[in-house]
Amino acid sequence: MTSPELDLDGIIDDSGTRIVVCCGSGGVGKTTTAAALGLRAAERGRNVVVLTVDPARRLAQSMGLTSLDNTPRKVAGADGELFAMMLDMKRTFDEIIEAHADPERARQILTNPFYQSLSSSFSGTQEYMAMEKLGQLRRSGEWDLIIVDTPPSRSALDFLDAPERLGRFLDGKLIRLLMAPAKAGGRSAFKILNAGFGLVAGVLTKVLGAQVLKDIQTFVSALDAVFGGFRQRAEQTYKLLQAPGTAFIVVATPERDAMREASYFVERLAEERMPLAGLVINRVHRSPAPDLSAARSTAAAEDLESRGEHELTAAVLRLHAGRMQLAAREHREQEQFASAHPTVPVTRVPAMSQDVHDLDGLREIGELLAKR
Amino acid sequence: MTGKGGTGKTTVAAALALALAAGGRKVLLVEVEGRQGIAQVFDLPPLPYEERKIAVAPGGGDVHALAIDPEEAMLEYLEMFYGLKRMGKALTKMGVVDFATTIAPGLRDVLVTGKTSEAVRRRDRTGKRVYDTVVMDAPPTGRVTRFLNVTQEVAGLARVGPVRTHADMVRGVVASPETAVHFVTLLEEMPVQETLDGVAELRAAKLPVGGIFVNMVRAVDPTLAGPFDLAELAMGVKAAGLGDDGNAAVIAEALAGEVVEQQRRAELERTERDALETAGVPRYELPLLADGADLAGLYELAEAIRTQGAA
Repeated sequence: MTSPELDLDGIIDDSGTRIVVCCGSGGVGKTTTAAALGLRAAERGRNVVVLTVDPARRLAQSMGLTSLDNTPRKVAGADGELFAMMLDMKRTFDEIIEAHADPERARQILTNPFYQSLSSSFSGTQEYMAMEKLGQLRRSGEWDLIIVDTPPSRSALDFLDAPERLGRFLDGKLIRLLMAPAKAGGRSAFKILNAGFGLVAGVLTKVLGAQVLKDIQTFVSALDAVFGGFRQRAEQTYKLLQAPGTAFIVVATPERDAMREASYFVERLAEERMPLAGLVINRVHRSPAPDLSAARSTAAAEDLESRGEHELTAAVLRLHAGRMQLAAREHREQEQFASAHPTVPVTRVPAMSQDVHDLDGLREIGELLAKR
Repeated sequence: MTGKGGTGKTTVAAALALALAAGGRKVLLVEVEGRQGIAQVFDLPPLPYEERKIAVAPGGGDVHALAIDPEEAMLEYLEMFYGLKRMGKALTKMGVVDFATTIAPGLRDVLVTGKTSEAVRRRDRTGKRVYDTVVMDAPPTGRVTRFLNVTQEVAGLARVGPVRTHADMVRGVVASPETAVHFVTLLEEMPVQETLDGVAELRAAKLPVGGIFVNMVRAVDPTLAGPFDLAELAMGVKAAGLGDDGNAAVIAEALAGEVVEQQRRAELERTERDALETAGVPRYELPLLADGADLAGLYELAEAIRTQGAA
């Protein structure tokens, strides 16, 4: 079973493509893929911004990003319009608050201990803020192509769930309970609520402590005004991701875990009706002598060793056998993916001996990505 | 056990659990991110929120596993400390559990590290610890310090009260001399850099750094070091019956390409090893498994861990 070829140039050259999302499990080269595609698209005439969430230092430097300032910066040395930015989730969150609450209320929220903890915690916030930033960049209309790499989540799928989880929280009874004191105009909140609410409130006080509960209540009621818009935009961004102008690229390496995650992601995107462009497999091992099999190579090495001749050749043949074995294992993983998802187009990037350090390195990866 | 994504963190955690259990001990292997990585490594169906025996170590000894689900951990916590079992349903329905486990910062981490600490401290009727060792497959390097630094995480949230008390108990376990935070890395630039950053962060947070497990190390044949004779290789190829006068040189040249590539990689690996040396912690090396990390491979890694004295 062979997968069809993924035509990445076709995707980035199509002016109808407005958003490219790179997703996959951690450590598979998502950010590098996003940056390389961004550079290639810019040098082929698109006006591009790359939004990256948590880049490795060297990679950030390769695009000239040294500070985390939440603003798209022009990448010097790119032969075209390429901008890049790193997400600062706390700044993004602060900006939403500042934009949607009056100054007094904004101050109340920004200084609330619960808010400060929430806005700098990684569990979930990063996903919301990545979605929010993506929506902002899209609405600004300044770029005709946005390339984003997804947060290094616990599960690579978390960012798809973020808006729904937020919605569930905002629609929940809990939030009404928490806002009750403010609405009751200072009277002891829990007395006016029914018995079920009272019971829960009692438990919360017992478990969280009165101080935490009070902080949360202050926070939630202050945030009331901001929440509605926030949620609406998260839903808009979600719809944007389903639109035909979006292309999801799943990134993997030919290892079992990464390919399994890729399979899961492909299925999940289909469920959510998100437009999947294809799969990028990074770090594929190939051999310059592919016709000499591992078995033949090993047998020949054994033969030489038993005759006590050509020690060097025997060592080289053993090395080659190992290489072919690895290639065969990687090939099996890819075959498995292809038989489970026969229609998903695939492109492969060979393993490199060195990490990417500069634009030339990214350009080379871009070439390899687009090579058919 | 922490490590950058793709370094084989879960596999190494599993192998370490096997190595620690060898010779009749009892080890609990815990996962905290809901990925069912342990089940995949041991080729088992998904694990429930329940401690169960999953493997027997060499020379006897048991590895038990637990996949911690933050929601279940929260309900269990409420029951254990407040006798509020019946409240669980009401709380779930009201979104309190959702809130606490996914939205409220820090609480989720306190719940899973709390459950792990409970397993560490648990004693049987005779007062003996139930588990000799608990191995946690922790979040990746970039997040591990924040994850383990629970007191800090809830500091802004709860200065006093039950959450704070619980966090302090967890901190006591995590920061104790009985705990070690190990790193898994590959001999590649990015994972090595992240490892060094992670070690520095842990030290700054006064959390105990263990060792560095260098994973997927390829054996280097010393015969292949240095410059070599292409003509000699071509003769060898012919002698081995893999080529004739016509194509032996071509085959030799292709194979030589692999040797040059591996020499270049070996050189880079030397640089990365030197960089790891600066961390000043013990380093263990685990071989690249030809057939991938299957069950047999796990035992092979466990053996390597034992012979190097890491368990």
